[in-house]
Amino acid sequence: MSQQTSVLYDVPGPRQRRITLISSIVAGLALLVGAYFLVYRPLDEKGQLSMELWGPLVDPSNENFSLVWERIGLGFKNTLIAAAMAIVASLVVGTLLAVLRIQLKSLTGRKFTGLAAPLAYLLRGLSVLLSVVTRVCVEVFRGLPVVLTIFFVARGFPEFGIYFDNLWYLVIGLTIYNSVVIGEILRSGMEGLPGGQAEAASAIGLSPAQSTRMILLPQAFRIMLPALISQLVVVLKDTSLGFIISYEETLNIGKQIIGALGNPIQVYVVIAVLFIVVNYSLSKLAQYVQRRLAQGRKTANTPAQNPPPAALMSQAEGAGGGGGGV
Amino acid sequence: MNVLIDKFDVFAGGFWLTLQICFLAAIGALILGAVVAVLRISPVPPLRALGTSYVNVFRNMPLTVVMFFAAFGLPALGSNADFLRIPVIDSLFTRLGTDLPYFRFALIALVLYTAAFVCEALRSGVNAVPSGQAEAARSLGLTFGQNLRYVVLPQSWKASIVPLGSVIIAMIKNSALVGFFGVVGDLSQTADQLTSAEGYAFVPVALGISIGYLIMTVPLGTLLDRIEKRQAVAR
Repeated sequence: MSQQTSVLYDVPGPRQRRITLISSIVAGLALLVGAYFLVYRPLDEKGQLSMELWGPLVDPSNENFSLVWERIGLGFKNTLIAAAMAIVASLVVGTLLAVLRIQLKSLTGRKFTGLAAPLAYLLRGLSVLLSVVTRVCVEVFRGLPVVLTIFFVARGFPEFGIYFDNLWYLVIGLTIYNSVVIGEILRSGMEGLPGGQAEAASAIGLSPAQSTRMILLPQAFRIMLPALISQLVVVLKDTSLGFIISYEETLNIGKQIIGALGNPIQVYVVIAVLFIVVNYSLSKLAQYVQRRLAQGRKTANTPAQNPPPAALMSQAEGAGGGGGGV
Repeated sequence: MNVLIDKFDVFAGGFWLTLQICFLAAIGALILGAVVAVLRISPVPPLRALGTSYVNVFRNMPLTVVMFFAAFGLPALGSNADFLRIPVIDSLFTRLGTDLPYFRFALIALVLYTAAFVCEALRSGVNAVPSGQAEAARSLGLTFGQNLRYVVLPQSWKASIVPLGSVIIAMIKNSALVGFFGVVGDLSQTADQLTSAEGYAFVPVALGISIGYLIMTVPLGTLLDRIEKRQAVAR
């Protein structure tokens, strides 16, 4: 493999590399000085860097250390529980939705000629109506902010006399939004397959349900796996919205800790790092899956190749990004 | 259903405020995102690393956390985001100039967060340009800047418009979060205010708020679908 990482510019020569090195050292120093005056000094003056505020988070000998991390661990566990439940539920509902929309689409094209005329018209009208209804539902729930679906679920369900744990409100709210998105991802995956797949399936006598289950869905999952995984990252990030309905997830616990210890910046730094680490590894997993898929099935048993240089990876990454939620 | 008629001005005001913050944040995010995208594809490794780490940090952090940082971190740095009180613009968008900084904080958070996604959308467009184009430009002796300006960017624009659009739609939806961070009077805060504090029935309020967001997101989504279909045919 050549050392070429981008097609946009020539590989820098020795002079260019020297200029780059020198100017980046200068710029780095300037940045450090700027950061000292604009960030470190104001923070230090307000005592934000003192051990009093950081201690409970980083110093194991601090009296609050174990308690704080126990709480954060609990919050993170709750986040992961909510995320896992929402992911499973939205995958299931989303798959059903995608299948339903595909089936309805093929139904609306049928004329039901074998049946009596009124019955045939009734069936046609019914299938058209159903496909319009699902279409509208998809558009509406895809267009609403997920914050609001969670908020509406948490406020609206008690209104109708339905009471759940906060966990369930959060999971339901997340599922409503994400199942629609996942449904659309899978549907576009199924519709993007070559027409010959469905035709061949019906030619060998598979029923529509069988051909969806055995031919279309597995391929759609395979094609759309990167997009699905990035949607799952979105779900994990969106669980942080649980703080709105006071579900005890990471951010909410963070707020409680801040209430007790009065160190907002420090706690949020820790929480941000936690989220970044988990989500970053998930996105890396998505890239890895994408690369494996690009290699095709034949090489599935060979050991993973050497990781390509960072610039190449970053080029590969651009294609698979999902829509991006909260 | 009376609340929809009685409080129509509240809904309309919320819609208008949400529209304002989305408009400003979209402009900011497009500019910042373009800068980060150029950093990420630039020939200078440290700049590339800077762009990449920016994207990795902000793409993997919940917007909620970014909002908390803007709302707690900036005051700790001694800033009320007064630099956003741009003289002419703050008379158009009155919230920019008020003494309560939360609108500006929310705007900053939204811009920082969305810029990472804008960068990725732009970059995916650049990557979609066949590599022969850039190679040909390079063999003609064009520099990196010329290459981008005359050859790659004019072609990448077409491929990035759909991902950019979905980023903007996502941003409109994300803007619902600002109501929970002290911005008074936007659509989502209106929902909270009307149902809990003023005790209106829940369903009509939810309906009104939903319509407010759907007016913004659904037409944009359909437009994008249409563009996408047209591009698919053109290819």
